[in-house]
Amino acid sequence: MTDTLDRAPAPEEQAPRPGPVSRLLGHQLLWPVVAIVVMLVIDVIAVPSFLDLRVQDGHLYGNPVDIVRNSAPVMLVALGMTLVIATRGIDLSVGAVAAIAAAVACTRIVESADEGAASAAILACTTALAACVLLGVWNGFLVSVVGIQPIIATLVLMVAGRGLAMLVTDGQITTPSNDAFSGLATGFVLGLPIAFLIALGMVVLTAVLTRRTALGMLIEAVGINPDASRLAGVRARTITWTVYVFAAVCAGMAGLIIAANTNSVNANSLGLWIELDAILAVVIGGTALTGGRFSLAGTVVGALLISTLVRTIPSIGIPSEANYLFKAFVVILVCLLQSPRARAALRVRGRRAASSKAVAA
Amino acid sequence: MTHTQERGVTELPNDRRPVVEMRDVSIAFGNVQALDRVSMRLLPGEIHALMGENGAGKSTLIKALTGVYSIDTGRIVVGGEEHEFATPAAAQAAGISTVYQEVNLVPNLTVAENMLLGREPRRFGGINMGAMNRRARATLERLGLDINPGSLLGHHPIAVQQLVAIARAVDVDARVVILDEPTSSLDAEEVQKLFDVMRRLREHGVAVLFVSHFLDQVYEIADRMTILRNGRLVEERMVAETSQLELVRLMIGRELEVLDRLDRDHGRAAPNSATPVLTAVGLGRKGSLEATDLTLFEGEVVGIAGLLGSGRTELARLLFGADTADHGGLEVRSTRRRLRSPRHAIDRKIAFSSEDRKAEGVIGDLTVADNMLLALQASRGWLRPIPSATRAKLVREYIQALDIRPTDPNALMRNLSGGNQQKVLLARWLITEPDVLILDEPTRGIDIGAKAQIQTMVADLAAKGMSVLFISAELEEVLRLSHRVVVMRDRRKIRELANEDVSVGDLLEIIAGETRQTELEGPA
Repeated sequence: MTDTLDRAPAPEEQAPRPGPVSRLLGHQLLWPVVAIVVMLVIDVIAVPSFLDLRVQDGHLYGNPVDIVRNSAPVMLVALGMTLVIATRGIDLSVGAVAAIAAAVACTRIVESADEGAASAAILACTTALAACVLLGVWNGFLVSVVGIQPIIATLVLMVAGRGLAMLVTDGQITTPSNDAFSGLATGFVLGLPIAFLIALGMVVLTAVLTRRTALGMLIEAVGINPDASRLAGVRARTITWTVYVFAAVCAGMAGLIIAANTNSVNANSLGLWIELDAILAVVIGGTALTGGRFSLAGTVVGALLISTLVRTIPSIGIPSEANYLFKAFVVILVCLLQSPRARAALRVRGRRAASSKAVAA
Repeated sequence: MTHTQERGVTELPNDRRPVVEMRDVSIAFGNVQALDRVSMRLLPGEIHALMGENGAGKSTLIKALTGVYSIDTGRIVVGGEEHEFATPAAAQAAGISTVYQEVNLVPNLTVAENMLLGREPRRFGGINMGAMNRRARATLERLGLDINPGSLLGHHPIAVQQLVAIARAVDVDARVVILDEPTSSLDAEEVQKLFDVMRRLREHGVAVLFVSHFLDQVYEIADRMTILRNGRLVEERMVAETSQLELVRLMIGRELEVLDRLDRDHGRAAPNSATPVLTAVGLGRKGSLEATDLTLFEGEVVGIAGLLGSGRTELARLLFGADTADHGGLEVRSTRRRLRSPRHAIDRKIAFSSEDRKAEGVIGDLTVADNMLLALQASRGWLRPIPSATRAKLVREYIQALDIRPTDPNALMRNLSGGNQQKVLLARWLITEPDVLILDEPTRGIDIGAKAQIQTMVADLAAKGMSVLFISAELEEVLRLSHRVVVMRDRRKIRELANEDVSVGDLLEIIAGETRQTELEGPA
């Protein structure tokens, strides 16, 4: 009987209902979560006070708070990216869209009659997100109506978007001073950072929208087999279009948070390469780039992993020049551990080791 | 213990030893015993048919032989040596080539590239395109196939892609060629072409393993056969010494009676209604279908007979709005309608099950339940999910009614056999309660049991008032089910006749040519 268990799973195999332990071991998110825990342990070894939390003016401070707070932008971008990737697409323009949103918001605040007023910030942010809707409509139009491959279609805005953002800011680094606006990044509600709450709120909203309705299933159907979905009456074009708009809005929110964090917008560098971090978060979370089934929880974990990694690098004394190298190393490790083939190989070795031990005993 | 060994084994000619011998091979997937001590022998210079229903273990046996699955117990002897291939590549290196049921090639590479994928002739470290095209052309010519090796595979119809897949298998000097349902997407002429190729392989001493659901084809081409049922070996037989009836009985037993009863009871009585449900008036599309008139009445099964490329699929797609017509129009219940997309057709209670199950039906990574409910959910819109109680009830009902296996609604669609996938797709449409059901090749590549169930279901649905357009390459099937038969050729409808005393021969003559058709009409 044992050799049937040893064999790599066959496609037609009817999985017997696994026990709780093997379910946990086989869980898609096991290794990303383990990676986060391992990094935190290393951090604590390097800096014993790493996980300490302080309460100051009723707010929580400390590295863990920073990690969740800083994960917000990537989490937001990755959230939109998850749905785009689920439809077999990809959106490279999110970084540029974030820059445009930040540029629009900051310029509006600076230009408003009362620069410090909360109403100015609200109006500016609303305008910025409205602009993002338009940008998303553009991307979605190119992909779903014109039929350009997503990677090419969104490359257009990835490049042109930076120029647009420069136009909005006249090529200047714009620095608004508005407490309501900077509160987006630095504020706290109920002791938790607002930025993280916004990201979490969007995740919950998206989860409800996709999993409590039929939207998630229809998105997956379109991603797995667009032709079959169309023939089954699914409005594939509308769905594809919508997810690009959603991705742009998410990117816009991320852009606002990033700008609020520094109270400034540099159209050239804001959100630069964030699309790659976001794609990474999605992939780590177990959503395949080939589309189809997606996992929002996975994306959240992926974003947290990236944020933890960024925080870990300085704390364990890795020179800043080696930043990207170390990041690449961790990412490859996590991806390897997640791949079914690598896991099967590990399992076999583990079993052999165990059985040889048993024989020896 | 060795009871399967001696029972039901044919005698071998003295001078030949099997090139492949599988002995008492068992494979289990979890709790499911897919193969239970099955033995099979393949002889050089013979065409060997592997027979059995879907789920009998044919595919598993082939995959065990070709190294896709590893076996739990038993032996595989190839060319006198015991082998267990770890990968399909290892099996291929040992001279065993496989052409699978569904074309598994790369559509955006050329025909030559597909044929030589993984063993391209090289020069200076790069691929020698000239040599590759020459070699591909030579192989194609040897098989009598007129296909340009430099053309993109994806630009060819499925039938041609299938032939390329076979040419690919032939290109390696294989000792064993396995053809898994190679004829399911070929028309009669192409089947003959394939059979010529197979005969040539036989003359060259190759062992050909042939899997097909078309019994006539097996009887035409195969020498010996191995019959499986429920993962066990039933018998090895000489084809010439086994009657078709006997074979079917060995394969299934009970379903045959269903077909018999269908023949007797159905009787193709005229439908009672004269209410037109769907009418095409001069419907056509440039390059795919000439202007066609057709009326479907309530409770009527209209069969379409015609070869691949005759316009039968094109007609179905226009009726469903999958393609848009550029001339003529449609009337749904006598009201003029324009169908711009499948969605419009579904809203008008028209359903269409495509001939290309894999590309246009199955959503492999979703569950059986999701696949079943997709069309209903799509027409409700994403904001109105089907309540979970209704979901469960519908899914349970249809899994039971159509005898879908496994019965687990959460099984992934891609893990089902072809016949079961087809039933799930039928359920997808039946759940939408359509007035018109268009079925394009609903029984292609599925076993006799599932076929009988689907045919019975079509007859029952029509009896309850549904209008069914039934397209099939199997003329017997068209005649068995249809009240009226439409014959198509060269992208147009050439005849429409009531199904009274029409024989397969009559249909073949109409399809074969119009000149002969006028002769036929003369005396009649």
